[in-house]
Amino acid sequence: MDISSWDGTISLAEFHVAARALVEKWKRVSSASPPWSWVSCPKQPWVASHEVEGYLSLENIILVSIKEEHDELLSFPQKEETSCSDKEESIDIATLVQSQSDRDEICYYDLHIVYSASYRVPVLYFRVYYSDGEPLEFEDIKKHLPAHSAKTLLDSKWTFITQEEHPYLKRPWYKLHPCGTGEWMKLLFQGDVSLARNGAAIEVYLISWLSFVGQVVGLRIPYEMLNQL
Amino acid sequence: MMEAQKYVWEGAIPLQIHLHESEVTTLPPPLPALILAPRIGYLPLLIPHIKPHFNSTLPPGVDTVWFEYKGLPLKWYIPTGVLFDLLCVEPERPWNLTVHFRGYPGNILIPCEGEDSVKWSFINSLKEASYIINGNCKNVMNMSQPDQVELWHSVFNAGNLEAYLKVSSKLKLGTAGHEYSANLNSGSFVSRQSTGDTDATGQVKTGRVPVRLYVWGVSEDFDDLEDAPQIDSWDKISYINRPVEIHGEEGKCFTLLDAVKSLLPEHFQYKSLTNEESSKEEGEDEQKVPSEEGGENLSEDVESCYPSDNAEVKLVRIQGIEPKLEIPFSWVVHNLMNPEHFLHICVCLKVSQVKIPSDG
Repeated sequence: MDISSWDGTISLAEFHVAARALVEKWKRVSSASPPWSWVSCPKQPWVASHEVEGYLSLENIILVSIKEEHDELLSFPQKEETSCSDKEESIDIATLVQSQSDRDEICYYDLHIVYSASYRVPVLYFRVYYSDGEPLEFEDIKKHLPAHSAKTLLDSKWTFITQEEHPYLKRPWYKLHPCGTGEWMKLLFQGDVSLARNGAAIEVYLISWLSFVGQVVGLRIPYEMLNQL
Repeated sequence: MMEAQKYVWEGAIPLQIHLHESEVTTLPPPLPALILAPRIGYLPLLIPHIKPHFNSTLPPGVDTVWFEYKGLPLKWYIPTGVLFDLLCVEPERPWNLTVHFRGYPGNILIPCEGEDSVKWSFINSLKEASYIINGNCKNVMNMSQPDQVELWHSVFNAGNLEAYLKVSSKLKLGTAGHEYSANLNSGSFVSRQSTGDTDATGQVKTGRVPVRLYVWGVSEDFDDLEDAPQIDSWDKISYINRPVEIHGEEGKCFTLLDAVKSLLPEHFQYKSLTNEESSKEEGEDEQKVPSEEGGENLSEDVESCYPSDNAEVKLVRIQGIEPKLEIPFSWVVHNLMNPEHFLHICVCLKVSQVKIPSDG
């Protein structure tokens, strides 16, 4: 892939390749943690049979609060490697978290990665809820996000959260707006010489994307995921 | 070319809005509110006009307004005209809707806090359209404050097409295929070259066009619209938010039918309600379907895993009209799109088997 002329976006077919790669590598690298899975969507009879539609799903997880570790976060978008020093800790994603909401309880996240045909990039959809299934109010979600993330939500032009209808489930979900994604993915790849040279770049696309986007909600990516193996 | 846009801009749906009986606390109950709703507008924008009508009868509490048609909660971010075209196959005038001021179905509808939510949703769609057309949202993000205000007001009031065009032309959102084919010989359509119109960008042969497709299927055939089954659930509608890709081919006109076909699978046949095109073929879907527009538009993969999923286009409705499918797509887009630069198309397909996706 010629990085210099690439605009940071991918096709639907490339998304499928990248999704498969993410699922496989995640399973290999962190078998102890909940796996990402591909969910196929039931089709109406008029949708072409050769078209695959679906999304990646990671549900019912508890996320580590990265409040204490804010200095390890990626700054946008100059550095592109997470400096995740704690290898052992990074494997265990489902760790207990100190809840920041008014209800002093553990919060669960459902994360879905859906392809956007308009923006030609993956988009993160998520929901946050208490153990009884009741969804958190947006104000409480903001309190629950890593402090760094909550601030950058307001400041950054790269990421902001909107509430929209999930394209497949047709219910209100939160979504990380995709309009900057192409740009920062391009910067991410340009900045890393090994990524740019590596012909298997599409396979690490989603992993790289997730390493950046996951920080908004506090999802830690195991360090091994980012190694070129 | 201004004329068609003007008609769209001025199009309106007469609404008769009834307060839900559970929220009527006075006798006699209030009469329904009658209001003319702009096609290109959104239902929540009507609330300031409706609320005074029902104010005195509402139960105590905070307003969380939502609309419903025959039990179906209406998605407020879909333009009013599109909702009407989709849910009222046989147009009902006035369109009878029910309004609720309490009990917002937050598990189905995303929250709406009045005008701001609608404006936000509109701008987001405009950004998405800009991204599809230009590959970035810069023009929208860099709009000056006065321009933003002007743009929103022209849509909000649906009154000022000139003001809208002035601001929107700065966004440089002229779309692909912006040249009207001189080869067109359909008698009912006047072919014109794009002139000095502010948002004509001349001949753009390839590109992506923002389209939102609302597809619903029926398993029983119907000849009259009034026999069409009522949509009673959003699960029965496939919402396809995917740009149409235009690959400019010399000498070939990319028609509305081509566009619809590109978003839906290749193996269906078109039969108009008036039986104008009878390219219908009895028999199996394994065969290539002859089409007026040229069988070469059909792609390779006609072999399908479903032996009986042959679909037939019953209805294609845009801005309340059923355009002839051989009209150049670029004309349709330029004249019938909504102010956020999306073309909304309602399509009804007849299929042999309609499956409603289950929750399992």
